[in-house]
This record gives sequence, C-alpha cells and structure tokens, in this order.
Amino acid sequence: MDLGVAQNWFFLIISLLMVAASLVVVTSRNVMHAALMLVGALAGSAALFVLLGAEFVAGVLVLVYIGAIIVLFLFGVMITQVPIGTSRSLDHANRWPAATVAVATFAVLAGSAVAFFGDEEISGFAAVRTSDIGESIFDRFVVPFEVVSFVLLAALIGSIVLARKDPES
Amino acid sequence: MTIAQFLVVSAALFSIGIYGVLIRRNAVLVLLSVELMLAAVNINFVAFGSYFADSTAGGQVFALFIITVAAAEVGIGLAIVLLIFRNRASANIDELDALKW
Amino acid sequence: MVMSSLLAGPAILAAETSEAVHHSDGGVLAAGAWLIVLVPFLAALAIMLFGKRLPRRGAELAVAAVGFVAIYGTVLLLTTWFGDGIVYEGAVKIGQFGGFEIEWAWVVDGLSIMMFFVVGVVSTACFVYAVGYMEGDIRPTAFFASFTLFAGAMLMLVSAANLIQLLIGWELVGVSSYLLIGHYWEQKENSSAGMKAFLVNKIADIGLMIGIIIAAVTVGSFTISTIMEKVVESDAALDDVAVVIAVLLFIGAMGKSAQFPFHVWLPDAMAGPTPVSALMHAATMVTAGVYLTARMFPLFEHMAHEALTLALVIGTITLVIAGLLAIVQNDIKRVLAYSTLSQLGYMVAAMGAGAYTAGLFHLFTHAFFKSLLFLGAGSVIHAVHSNNMTDMGGLRKAMPRTFWTFIIGSAALAGLPPMAGFFSKDEILASFNEGGYPIVLALGVITAFITAFYMTRAVSLTFFGEYKGHGHPHESPAIMTVPMLGLAGAAAVVGFLNVPGITSSFYNLVTTRLVPHELLGEHATSFDFTALALGLTAGVLGIIIGYRLYFPDAATQEERDRLRIPVLWPLLENKYYIDDLYMNGIVNPIKGPVARFINWTNSYIFDFVVNMVGVSTRGLGRFVYGGLDQRGIDLAINQAGAGTGYLGSKLRYIQTGKVQQYAAALFGGALVLVIGFWISIT
Repeated sequence: MDLGVAQNWFFLIISLLMVAASLVVVTSRNVMHAALMLVGALAGSAALFVLLGAEFVAGVLVLVYIGAIIVLFLFGVMITQVPIGTSRSLDHANRWPAATVAVATFAVLAGSAVAFFGDEEISGFAAVRTSDIGESIFDRFVVPFEVVSFVLLAALIGSIVLARKDPES
Repeated sequence: MTIAQFLVVSAALFSIGIYGVLIRRNAVLVLLSVELMLAAVNINFVAFGSYFADSTAGGQVFALFIITVAAAEVGIGLAIVLLIFRNRASANIDELDALKW
Repeated sequence: MVMSSLLAGPAILAAETSEAVHHSDGGVLAAGAWLIVLVPFLAALAIMLFGKRLPRRGAELAVAAVGFVAIYGTVLLLTTWFGDGIVYEGAVKIGQFGGFEIEWAWVVDGLSIMMFFVVGVVSTACFVYAVGYMEGDIRPTAFFASFTLFAGAMLMLVSAANLIQLLIGWELVGVSSYLLIGHYWEQKENSSAGMKAFLVNKIADIGLMIGIIIAAVTVGSFTISTIMEKVVESDAALDDVAVVIAVLLFIGAMGKSAQFPFHVWLPDAMAGPTPVSALMHAATMVTAGVYLTARMFPLFEHMAHEALTLALVIGTITLVIAGLLAIVQNDIKRVLAYSTLSQLGYMVAAMGAGAYTAGLFHLFTHAFFKSLLFLGAGSVIHAVHSNNMTDMGGLRKAMPRTFWTFIIGSAALAGLPPMAGFFSKDEILASFNEGGYPIVLALGVITAFITAFYMTRAVSLTFFGEYKGHGHPHESPAIMTVPMLGLAGAAAVVGFLNVPGITSSFYNLVTTRLVPHELLGEHATSFDFTALALGLTAGVLGIIIGYRLYFPDAATQEERDRLRIPVLWPLLENKYYIDDLYMNGIVNPIKGPVARFINWTNSYIFDFVVNMVGVSTRGLGRFVYGGLDQRGIDLAINQAGAGTGYLGSKLRYIQTGKVQQYAAALFGGALVLVIGFWISIT
C-alpha cells in the first residue's frame, strides 16, 4: 500500500473506523449501541464504494440500509424487549471457540487475498454511470433481477404470515 | 490502491461478523452480525467489479441484488424473531434447543 | 433411433436418377413431420393420465390428435402433388451414450405421405365413429388411449427412416392391437383372441428381426436409404444375402398382413370393438406388411426375385382360400374379415408380380371402402345387438344411410365401376396378365367373382327381406353416420387418381422416392382390356348369382343348400382345419410331451433333490440354532447392541441443540476444507 497516495490515506482511515465500529457491533453490551455502530460500519462501506467509483451503490446503501433496515432493526429491538442499556446476558460465556474460528477465517481469507493478488493495483477503472447500471440490470441481468423481485415478494408475504397474530390464540 | 487491501478489510468485517453470529445470544444481535457479513460480501463484489473493469457493471449490479436479498432476509428474520418472542417470551436463541438429544 | 457408430448417418441418396427428377425437400412441412408421430403418442399419454377427468373421457383428445394427423397428411399430400415431389429425411439426436448416438429419424416421401394421409383420414373417421359407438362403454378411457397409441404406432412405423424405428413401431402396433382386441377381456375368448394375434405376429416378427439384423450387419447401417443406396449400386456383399434378407422381411410382413399360413389371427381379431376392426383392417396393422414390402421393394425387385415369387405364391393362396371362407360365414364381421384377408392377398400378390404401384393403389382404395364396410357393419350390429346375419334382414328401411353407404362400399369391394375398387383391382389383374402369370390371373378373376358373390350375399341377408331379429332397429346417430358418408364419398372417387393412360397422380406420388423409378416396378400406361373384361365379368356374374341365390324370395332354401357341396363345404366351415392343425399338430404335440417330461422330472428328480435338501437343511438348522446361533452369534449381536447403546449414551451430548455451536463447527469445517485445498494446490 503506497501511502504517498491520498486515496490510500482515506482508505486507511475509513477501514480502521469500520473495523472498530464492527467490533463494537459484536461486543457491545448495549443493543442500541450495537445497532448504531452497524450504521457506522455500513457508512464506512459506502465510503469505500465511493472510493471504488461505485457512487450509485453507495447511495443505495445509505438509503436502503441506513435509512430503512436499521430502523427495522430498532423496531425489532423494541418489540422483543431486549433490555435497553447495559446488559451482561447478551453474550455466551464461552467466547474462545468463536474467537478462534473468527481469527482463523480472517487469516485464511486475508492470507489468500494477499497471496493471490499481491500488489496488483486497481487501475484505470472507468467510472460506471448509473445509466450503465440500469441498462445492465434490464438487459444482461434481467432474469436474476426478476428472480430477486420474486424473492422479495415471497419474503414480504412470508414475514406478514409469520408475524401476524393468529386470530384463534 | 491494491485489490488486496479491500479484500483484507472485507475479510476483517466478515470474520467479525462470524464472531458476532457465534457469540451473541440475542437473535436481533445475531441478525446484526449477519448484516456485517453481507456488507463484507458487498465490498468484495464492488472491489472485484472495479478490478476487472467489467463492462456490464456486474459487480455493482450484484451488490444491489445483495442489498435487496439482505432486506428480504432482515424482514423474514425479524418476523421469525418476533414469532419466537411471542411464543417463548424471550429472543435468546440458546434457549431454542429443541434439537437437543 | 440409431446407434450410429455402427450406422453412419443417413447418407441421403444423391437424387441423380436417370430421369433427373426434381425433388424438393418439403421445407418446414417435411421438417416438422415428426409432429405426426409425436402428437398421437402425447395424446395417448394425456388420455392415460387425465382422460378420466375430461367430459368425454378422453375421446376428444383422441379425435383431436388423429384429426391433426389427417390435416397434416392432407396438406403434405397436396403440397407434394401440386409442387415438386417432397423427398426428405430428418433426424434429431435424442441421446448419446459414449459413442452410441440415438437418433430419431423420419422420412417424408411419396410413400410415407400416402400412408400419413390414409392413416390420418381413416383414423379420423373411425375415431369420430367410435365416439358414438363407444357411448356407455365400460372403459372408454382405456379404449381411446390404446386406440390413439395404435394410430401413433402405425405412424411411427410408416415414418421410420431406419429399420430399428420401423421395428419399434411394428411392435407397438402389435402391443396396442393386443390391448384393443382384448378390450372386453372379461370374456375368455376375447382375451385369447388378443393373445392369438399377438403370438402369431410374434412368430412372424422373428423373421423380420433376423432379416433386419442381417441387413444391418451386411450394409453396416439400419438406415433404409443407405440400404437402398447399396441396392442401387448393386453392392456385391448385399447381393449375396439379399434373398435371405428379403424372405425374412417378407415373413415378418406375412405376419402383420395376415398372409397364409399366418392368417389365423385376423378373423379372431374381430373380438375387439368394431371401430378397432375397421381401423385395423383398413389403414393400420394389416397394411404394415404391404408397406414394408413396398418400402423395401427395390431390394426385392433388384436382388431378390425369388422372394417376389414367394410373395406371389403366398398372396395368391391367401386371396383364394380367404375368399372361399368368406362365403360360409354367418357373422357379418367375419365375412368382412375374410374379405380383408383376400384383398391383402391381392396386394401381396401384386407386389409379387412386380406391380408396386398396383399393390399400393389397392391398399389405398381398400383402406377407404373396407373401413366404410366395417363401420357399416358396426352400425348394423349397434342397432341389432347381434353379429349374426341370420338375425338381420330388412334393415334397408330402418337404416337408410347405413344401407346406402354399405352398398357403395360393397360395390367398391366387388369392383364395380366407377367405384375405387374397380380401378385398383383391375390394375392388379392387369399386372398378373402382363407379368405372364395366367394361373394367378385365373385365380384372381375367380376370387373377384367370389368377392362379388359373398358381398351380394351379405347385403341381401342384412338389408333385404324380413327383419328376423329382436326389437326395433334404428338408424345410428349422426356422429356414426357422418364418418361413413365421408368414407363413402372417398370410396367412390379415389379410384380416379390412377386411371391407366389418363391420370397417374397416384403413380407419381408413390414413386416420389430416392430410388430410381426402374426399381419400383412397371406401371401400366393404358387399360389392359383383357383383364378389365375378365374382372368386370367375374364381378357382375358374382353379383347375379349372389342375387339369384340369396336375394329374398329369389331362391328356395333347397337351391341354396346345393352350395353345400360335400367335403368342400365342411372344409370351409372348419377353416380348412388350419386352426385345428395348429392346435393338434403343433401346440398339443409339443404341449403334451413337454408337460409329461416336466412332470416326470418334477416328481423324480426335483422332488428328490428338494427332499434331500429339506432333510439336510433341517439337520443343519438344529445345529446352527442350538450351537452357533444361541451361543455364538447372539452373544456377539447382543454385545454389539449394548456397545452401540453405551457409545450413543455418551456421544449424544455432542448434540447440544445449540445452533451457534453447530454454526461454529460448520465454519470450522469449511476452513479446514479451504486450508486443505490450499495446501494441495501449492
């Protein structure tokens, strides 16, 4: 990583913030803090997208995730009466096996990424215009697009059916 | 910028997500960790899309698809959590051990 | 379907015949002709699966399928007629197993188009008729499924571009005919009639199968056009075995076309419902043998004249003996059945005399008027509830439509101008005359006389005089009479397609093939007035004598009894004792000794062995039970069970039911796999 490039400084700062935020997500004793830190981590990933020239995806991420899904989570937290405020009972007692698996996963993934790609630069990528993405979705990827739309519809109906109160009980 | 640095960040997010999924007792928090993992996957997609300079913008399109699928997953997941909570007055998944010997 | 490593591709013959005939490939019509085969099969399947839930129990699907075939066949016929003749061979690969390719190949040329047309049109008439006839039947769905399968199998047979596919169609025809003949299997004789048809055909099929194998091994291909190519080239290897192949193929044809001595199954096949008889005797099944002979005709003509002579002899024998038998029958369907045998004899004998076109033309016309006659007979039976002509009489007034169409069919069968049978029968007689076969000609003329005679007898007994049956017969509903009217129209006009010296449409049609015209027999270009005069005289004479003897009040019973010539009459009534010969001469002599031998072996050898085995087994059993089982094996088994239980009681604590532990194991396992993979590639 060449620290003489301004982009790399941005990257470094954003990444560190992201990793820190996500560590808080999985360790915090306060549910509210965890949810809000997830916002931070996702905002970081949106910033990385901007660095990669994917402004549209970054925008969608901010709108959909941060705007909608996090709100959904907060509703979930409130409805299920997770104790708001500090609570000890949020985690299991034995965290070492989980930590081992997580560290090993990181080692394998990061190690293989470095081993296989080394110092290969992301260079000369053309900025993808939003209209290009639109054309691509409705041309090359129209079948996956339709499939995803059905998945979404099924999820919608499914969650209504699941969450609805059974009239008899 | 190298491709590897994005992949390492993504790997870090993914591993942290796994850790969260494994240790959190509360179902809502497990879902939050799953979101972290999905975000990591998204970074991979967009980074590779830029790296290969794909003319169909496939990486970004699939990142969008994943956002959609994640939304669906959250909806279903929270509905299930709600149902469990309603039936058991608790959203702790280590109490769901009906599969136990 | 072809295993093409053995049978390299269908190598369409270069159409460089001496006459430089121009053929078209038929375009999309011919390329899509596989639909003709597929649609009936799919319809049969659909009827089997959910025919019962349809308002007409599957009949509508069956009619739609054969109607489609009829329309497609007609369009093909008109296209090839008014354009360049279509000659096309298509193939689709439907599977590959290593080096074996399985493909489905179909041929569209004049001959197969003619068969598509005949099968389609006659089937449609019979199917529509069957909708009325089978009203209130016990198993309409099963009937229509097998009926559609029957038509589809015949279409598969005639569309086959290679001998394997032809054989498949051939056997499917046999199977579905078995199902249809035995449709009312509750009565023993019906199911045994089906069995008889199947077995007799099977014996003949052995000949066909061996012939096909020899041909394929010699030529290196099952594809018919490749074999024909070798015939045209006068290939030496094929020439050596051509007679054997031709005779074996002809034996197969004799079975399906019910030629002497395999004719015994056809009259018994009357046990099936009448629409089945109509279709079986006219367009499908029995024509298969004639079709096979025609399809392979160049082989017969060019390399195996001995086989043609055999065909001539067999055909002549069949036409005479069957014609005679028809005189003595009282069952109206049996009269028609024997008449079918006789007419098939004409076709086969014509083929044998080298008259390819004449034989096929008679097949063509016969299909229309014979199905018409059977449908008429069915209509009468439907009204009278009896097959017996002694229960009929005077139906002319009660059933005018049936009467008139039956008259047209009878006139066509008797060979009266201008009905179709006149032209086709005349052409066959002419071919006997020109081929220099005076004896065959004489027998053919005599049989023409006999034919006219027994048809007059049947018409007189059925439609004239006093009604002798029970109840009040009524005309059949329109759904039955309309197909008969259509067929009557066809029977009246199709003869004009091939008037020697005037029209040659039919000749042009059936010679539209990839083989040169010289190999497809001679074709009369003008009337043979000798044969014409003989045939017509015989027919008229037959009608006059038949009228004199059997028309009500024209003759006394005494005069009729004079026909009962000693020896000959009983011989006919007992069908020349051929069935008895088969029973007593073949089946029983084999059955008796075989049964006795088996009984002897059973009681002395097998029983002894079985008893000894029993005794020793008992002794062994005691030892095994007391010693080995109780003390040895049971211990091991009990210990194994206890051990497994103990292990389970300890190991089950691994199953905590905690999803997250499982997930951790899952991720850990995946990591191990990735690391292992990584190590293995570096």
